[in-house]
Amino acid sequence: MKTIIFQTASNYLLPLLLLFSVFILLRGHYLPGGGFVGGLIASIAFVIHSFANGLEKTRSIIKFHPGFLMPVGLVFAIGAGAAPWFVGQPFMTGLWFEDPIPVIGMVGSALFFDTGVFLVVIGVSLTIIFTISETL
Amino acid sequence: MLIAILAGFLLALFMPNVIRGLKGKSSIGIALLPFSLFSYFISFLPRISSGETLHFNWSWVPSLGVGLDFYLDGLSLLFTLLITGIGTLVFVYTSSYLKGHQYLDRFYAYLSMFMASMLGVVMADNIITLFIFWELTSISSFFLIGFNNDSEPSRKSALTALGVTGFGGLFLLAGMVTLGYITDEFQISSLAAMSGEIHGHDLYPWVIGLVFIGAFTKSAQFPFHFWLPGAMKAPTPVSTYLHSATMVKAGIYLLARFTPILGNHVMWNTTLIIVGSITMLYAALHAIFRLDLKGILAYSTISALGILTFLIGLGTEEALTAAAVFILVHALYKATLFLITGIIDHETGTRDVSQLGGLNKIMLPVGIAGLLAAVSNAGIPPSFGFVGKDLIYEATLHFGDLAWVLTGAAIVTNVALLFAGFLAGIKPFVGKLPEKFSKLHLPGPAMWVPPLILAVLGILFGLIPPLVDGPLIKPIVAALTLQDPDFYLHLWHGFNVILALSVATIATGIALYFIIKPSEALLGKATRFESISPHSMVKGLGRGFTWFSAKWTNFLQNGYLRYYLITILSFLTFLLAYRLFLGVEIYVDTSVLSEITIYEAIIVLIMASAIFFTVFTKSRLAAVASMGVVGYSFCLIFLFYSAPDLAMTQFSIDTLTVILFVLVIYNLPKYLKLSDNRDRIRDGLLSLIFGAMISILTLEVLNESVQKDISTYYAENAYLLGKGKNVVNVILVDFRGFDTMVEITVLAIAALGVFSLLKLRLKSIEKE
Repeated sequence: MKTIIFQTASNYLLPLLLLFSVFILLRGHYLPGGGFVGGLIASIAFVIHSFANGLEKTRSIIKFHPGFLMPVGLVFAIGAGAAPWFVGQPFMTGLWFEDPIPVIGMVGSALFFDTGVFLVVIGVSLTIIFTISETL
Repeated sequence: MLIAILAGFLLALFMPNVIRGLKGKSSIGIALLPFSLFSYFISFLPRISSGETLHFNWSWVPSLGVGLDFYLDGLSLLFTLLITGIGTLVFVYTSSYLKGHQYLDRFYAYLSMFMASMLGVVMADNIITLFIFWELTSISSFFLIGFNNDSEPSRKSALTALGVTGFGGLFLLAGMVTLGYITDEFQISSLAAMSGEIHGHDLYPWVIGLVFIGAFTKSAQFPFHFWLPGAMKAPTPVSTYLHSATMVKAGIYLLARFTPILGNHVMWNTTLIIVGSITMLYAALHAIFRLDLKGILAYSTISALGILTFLIGLGTEEALTAAAVFILVHALYKATLFLITGIIDHETGTRDVSQLGGLNKIMLPVGIAGLLAAVSNAGIPPSFGFVGKDLIYEATLHFGDLAWVLTGAAIVTNVALLFAGFLAGIKPFVGKLPEKFSKLHLPGPAMWVPPLILAVLGILFGLIPPLVDGPLIKPIVAALTLQDPDFYLHLWHGFNVILALSVATIATGIALYFIIKPSEALLGKATRFESISPHSMVKGLGRGFTWFSAKWTNFLQNGYLRYYLITILSFLTFLLAYRLFLGVEIYVDTSVLSEITIYEAIIVLIMASAIFFTVFTKSRLAAVASMGVVGYSFCLIFLFYSAPDLAMTQFSIDTLTVILFVLVIYNLPKYLKLSDNRDRIRDGLLSLIFGAMISILTLEVLNESVQKDISTYYAENAYLLGKGKNVVNVILVDFRGFDTMVEITVLAIAALGVFSLLKLRLKSIEKE
């Protein structure tokens, strides 16, 4: 599938789709979207890129093994869950900053949690897909 | 207090770094931890002996009634002192015993983990917390028993021990939950007041049965005793610590702790007396025939545990006093005997009692410790063991009609125990020193001082009973009987029946020691009945179980995805069919249904044709693509019915699925007719039936009145509580965030599974 059109397009699609996935992640709390879908979109972005340019190219863009995103994401999620402990609240209590931050909007522990989900999903799907395409 | 209990876990966490820092030379310093804990707990002694109980509460999972609640009364205090005191000595001893061992750091880590768990068990005030620490002792003892993990018997016995105690632990959990269910109370200290209510409850027999199995497995009572001799494969410090002084006493502790709550009931007492006496007689007789020093000690420990169970079963104040004293007596002399066995093993390289002798000439202090321990074990005055044995006879003699039977059993046991103690504590040190041992020398003081301390204490407490009776024993009896006890321990009771019995016991035991010489022939006699012992039965059961599961697994887990699917679908179909067979109620109210739009009709048409195409196409890629079409059509349906979140997710998932399929299929041969027509018809029929079932079920669900409470709650509170307007997302990350967290963890594990499976396969292919 290494056609020139596809290759060129994928080079532009990758950053666009990644941006889109972050957008989906951030808007999730108010409009359709969220970490899960965002993560899937981000992984699709990478998969498309790898289809067009070969796995090696994509790997060299990511620099590290996508599997590392899983523990990082889990730490995010658990950290967001555990954060309320430090202010004497039970596990997983939602904490929010008072004022919205420009562009991102309201920031709270739920957002960090969703970011964790986002990272884990990218890690999981890329690990599975990359491993399979490498092995078979 | 919480820090004191959990300190062991913390130390275990940092242990590898600690030891590396100490460069293995001054590992004796680790003993500072148990020693400081010991000093800490002993500082409570005055308060406890004046009748106080101390409570410490930390909330943990309040919604389940589980708290890190601890309390310290006489019973807990005795155990904490034993755990930390003997712990200190064992830590010191280990520094020399395992000097320079490659994994010394690990060993200390396991040991301190075990100590912390044990402290948790004996101080827990919450029955669930008690169970958690109980299991932690099983787990840490698994590591300790299997410490020599390059030897197969060692691994096996670790597994047996874990299997038996873990099995018992589950029963204990069931017992605790049942108890909590009856009383709705999880605090042990408040349960005693409800003992009447518990006794009257229908589930009472279940509760005690379950608790018994937990206690009996842990404390190696017949028929669960077999793991303990096996566990002797562990390094000697472990045997000392776990299998004489602490862990095996956890079961006894449990029984004692629950005596005020569950005790004083004919079922409780009878079971304990029967099991206790069987255990003590059976194990005592076994101890006589052993050659291996540790084997002798293991069986005599089981027998001593039997005595304790038996005494708790008697349940009178005298019996409970005897039990309290005997716990201390036994811990002191048995730990000593184990420690000196370790020294003998370490120096001579053998534990075969028939080969040992005359070691007094080279290691006199060890010999003295052995002698003192054997004296206390034998109950010869003026040892503390004498006090203990007198109390046992006093308790059995005053037990109504059965007095003489029970006393007889106690005497036989004590004679055999005396014999075993002499064998372990005196025999190796007297007589002629074999030539091959003459060049040996006394090990460092870190090894011989601990047993000597314990042995001397065993005599000292006997000479001056007030050292322990007021401060330690009385609060225990008070905790067990819930009354203020009124007694004093004496060494000398005057000339009476009990003294006569004691003298008879000692005389018979010593006579036996001179008559029976341990040899292979005797061992053979004892092991002749091995094939009908509980151990072999469990082994047989294990083999049968393995055989059965292998057959069963090969039948169900045949490795073909299609057969898995067939199995799952047929099973579900069967269940559904059974449910539908009982009555179907389909009623479709056409008036409330919205009108079918043209888009919907078209989508359904597309889906149907895509499905047919999937089934009948001859190209795999085309089949996958048309499956994708079905998926995307679903997205559209979700969109029509205003579920954009679902639609988005479905869309991405479908894309990825198709990609995955393509990746896999791309490498397969272009065309292959995989199944013949018979298979296809069978699969088709199954799918049709299953589909029909699901459709009927869906139609039936429509009739059910929908519970709107939950969805309304979420919809109303999403913004108020979760500060989000997208309810789906708020549910995912906030209301049910815990679920999501577990789900992503599962996802990560699945990915790791795929990764390692494929990578491993790759490696094995590369090797070839």
